[in-house]
Amino acid sequence: MTIRELLNRLFGNTNTSANSASSRLRMVLAHDRSDLSPAMLDQMRLEIMEVVSKYLELDHTGSELTLETEERSTALVANLPIRRVRKLVR
Amino acid sequence: MPSSGLIAHIDALKTNNCRSIVLCSGKGGVGKTTLTANLGVALAKLGHKTCVVDADYGLRNLDLLLGLESRIVFTAQEVISGSCRLGQALVKHKHEANLMLMPAGNPRMMDWLNPEHMQSLITMLADGFDFILIDAPAGVEDGFKNAVAGASEAILVVNPEISSVRDADRVAGLLSSQGSVDLIQLVINRVRPRMVEKLDMMSIEDVLDILAVPLLGVVQEDEQVIISSNLGEPLALGKYKSPAGAAYGNIARRIQGEEVPIPDIDKPAGFIDRLGDFLSTRII
Repeated sequence: MTIRELLNRLFGNTNTSANSASSRLRMVLAHDRSDLSPAMLDQMRLEIMEVVSKYLELDHTGSELTLETEERSTALVANLPIRRVRKLVR
Repeated sequence: MPSSGLIAHIDALKTNNCRSIVLCSGKGGVGKTTLTANLGVALAKLGHKTCVVDADYGLRNLDLLLGLESRIVFTAQEVISGSCRLGQALVKHKHEANLMLMPAGNPRMMDWLNPEHMQSLITMLADGFDFILIDAPAGVEDGFKNAVAGASEAILVVNPEISSVRDADRVAGLLSSQGSVDLIQLVINRVRPRMVEKLDMMSIEDVLDILAVPLLGVVQEDEQVIISSNLGEPLALGKYKSPAGAAYGNIARRIQGEEVPIPDIDKPAGFIDRLGDFLSTRII
């Protein structure tokens, strides 16, 4: 961090145009890289939950499926909170 | 001093002892052609036999920037169709004996040219040169795919601007999935230090962080570039001292494997600038 950045942070000047360029880019690139629209992502989340629900009882409100980008690779991250394990019917 | 790891990696990329490097950006107007002309001159000055290939068949300009537009007799078109020999189409640079231009063919070539044609042209050239620099057209369509086909390395040219970085990211993705390119390096071009300092332009770190492509060099915005294009005399010839000219020379030395530190962008020395310098002191 430079002195200028420290002053900017102290005086609350974080919404510089360079900052908004960076954050807008990060957002748009996660989707560019995967070629997935938010609608497709949501559809996928519902279908994955359907499969997982055969084995586990899920907390539907807390589940999410997001794209995360690090270095040059993008990962699909699913967060599916479990209520309890279903007893398998044999 | 060259680093042995880098040298070993670079050696693996050579065909017939020749390195073929495509310069691409996705977005137009970021300085690809200017960089190609200058790196061609700079590598030639370092003693490497260098060929710059104009692969921008639609909007060719490499000949103009090198001041060779009036010396073109044959082009890549005649070479590929077999109606002239390779040596008849190559244009020797006026001042740098090590530098040759392979001019772009007629725009109508875009209708039939395919990646195999480009590969065979580069293979022919590889016999006679140490370096082949290929100036790709803007865009990610057929012209780009042709330009990339003969290359084993790529230099991604980007400006610290939101649209340029997005397009470069797309190109980096295409290059890694395309197969023949094994090394992608980044040149951040047309950086305006004053704007970066005022946090009104993304910094080098911002761009590197987002693109995650290894940095080959940084060139700052420089009015001399326009003057040198007017004259058809690339800054790398060294006729005039200029920040961009020095940066091109440094990039060429890094390409040949030397470890040249990437300097903090030059800071002038007026009072306001010294204050700016003080504010830019790293504290964490």
